[in-house]
Amino acid sequence: MGAKSEKNKPFPGGIGRFRQKYDNNFLISFGIMIAIFLFCFLMIATGNATRHFKSLLVPAGINIILAISLNLVVGILGELSLGHAGFMSVGAYAGCLFSIYTQELFPIGVRFPLSLLVGGLVAAFFGLVIGVPVLRLKGDYLAIVTLAFGEIIRSVIINLDFTGGAAGLKNIEKHTTYTSVFIIILITLFVILNLINSRHGRAIMAIRDNRIAAESLGVNITYFKLLSFILAAFFAGIAGVLYGHNIGSLTAAQFDYNRSIEILVMVVLGGMGNIKGSIISAILITIIPEMLRGADKYRMLFYSIILIIMMLLNASPRFAEFKRKIRIKNLASALKSKSRQKEEV
Amino acid sequence: MTILETKKLGISFGGLRAVDDFSISIQKGQLYGLIGPNGAGKTTVFNLLTGVYKPTDGSITLDGENITGKSTIEISKAGIARTFQNIRLFKNLSVLDNVKLGLHNRVKYNLLTSIFKVGSYSRKEEEMNKIALELLRVFGLENEAQLPASSLPYGMQRKLEIARALATNPKLLLLDEPAAGMNPNETAELMETIKFVRDEFDMTILLIEHDMRLVAGICEEICVLNFGTVLAKGKTSEVLNDPRVITAYLGE
Repeated sequence: MGAKSEKNKPFPGGIGRFRQKYDNNFLISFGIMIAIFLFCFLMIATGNATRHFKSLLVPAGINIILAISLNLVVGILGELSLGHAGFMSVGAYAGCLFSIYTQELFPIGVRFPLSLLVGGLVAAFFGLVIGVPVLRLKGDYLAIVTLAFGEIIRSVIINLDFTGGAAGLKNIEKHTTYTSVFIIILITLFVILNLINSRHGRAIMAIRDNRIAAESLGVNITYFKLLSFILAAFFAGIAGVLYGHNIGSLTAAQFDYNRSIEILVMVVLGGMGNIKGSIISAILITIIPEMLRGADKYRMLFYSIILIIMMLLNASPRFAEFKRKIRIKNLASALKSKSRQKEEV
Repeated sequence: MTILETKKLGISFGGLRAVDDFSISIQKGQLYGLIGPNGAGKTTVFNLLTGVYKPTDGSITLDGENITGKSTIEISKAGIARTFQNIRLFKNLSVLDNVKLGLHNRVKYNLLTSIFKVGSYSRKEEEMNKIALELLRVFGLENEAQLPASSLPYGMQRKLEIARALATNPKLLLLDEPAAGMNPNETAELMETIKFVRDEFDMTILLIEHDMRLVAGICEEICVLNFGTVLAKGKTSEVLNDPRVITAYLGE
């Protein structure tokens, strides 16, 4: 064991306390979000933003929250869940009903954050109730049961009185602004990225990579599965409340399985377990259908074709190589070596 | 001092008696071999010892503590760690993180510390890095610490699996066919590693192996399983010369 003599060798890369806490993933994701926010802020402040542009900010933000939170279950934990819209609707209804019924009790500055919290907590509770029996299942079976859960929630909401039934819930005050969505995105990012880069996150990823090995090391599979399921439901619930307070009304039909699939598409497109990717793909998936509005009846056709092309590109090794080349770090070093060549000439 | 003792351990799957009347006793610091033909029930014994299967009869005692019928997690905490016949690493995680997962129940902090990165987070992570790097250094893997585990060559993956198991600070280490798929040179190196682990960590090791040179070379005692029952057990040299063992397993 000659390695022993190298005892004083510094850790490769060198982990300082700050870098241990906030790895590249964390800093880049936050960087992307803050850059996007500044861009939007400048657009609006300078009067360059069209109404259409402004109307897309909140839906894009809500999709970002949904995609990041679903990525925790699908990408980090590695379990396919098709019921994300179900959790979103539970949270949306709980939060919006809360804000309607407490209209006189609290001023808006208190009521809106509280309703977000209520929506998140109720969705998290449903995550727990559904998660306990369902997480014994694996793979396809789990996907089918979560899909069924979403559909059950939808029909229950249609058939209840206090949710407004099929006509939906109306007269929700429109409190959601792009600033509030932005703040919630940052909170979601903070919680989920910190979780990933910790003892708990490692355990969750270990379950994804090899459940049997994780169990043999004493990792409590049920606890960590439930933890990620509940957290994802919590943020989906909050996204639902934001959604309700943006549109001003809720109908159960908005949360059908197409919505769940749409969120899943964002996660898959951005890359399983890739939080930065989820942010970008959520924005793309929100914008593309809107940009295609001009194409009228061919809209969905173009949308599908673009999706197929993007998925193919994402999976292609050549494109991965291209992406590696255009990374800022690599670009900079390429430029340096070029200029060096010129000097030599 | 006896570390592991099994008494009349047995398990049935429906009508099939996979392991029957399995009684062994392993002393502290011993290198104990478990051999036998394919399908003799060796891995089933490992699965019984680690709580993957619950024994239908018999008892398991680890260092004086009865662990019969306990869950995998409880048994891991009680002090049994294992490696797998087909390597089971966390492929997408770094080499370092693989070992840090072995520390999952040794260096702990709670969920709120994870989410808010306050309090003991940095201290505990540094502590984990230190222990994990020390282990990687012992196995000559410290330069690979940041690489994904799947990028390691086969022999190193075997070593990493042992390092990860040792990170749980076990009383007993179970190695399931550590030399499977290795060439003679790699096997020779592995023998050194196993002996080294025993001496350096004062470890008790129970291993399943088909490579008789490895078994004869490092195991002090062995137990031969055949059709789920103990065919012979005792000092390695004696057992390997037992005519019954030669007929059933080694061949004339």
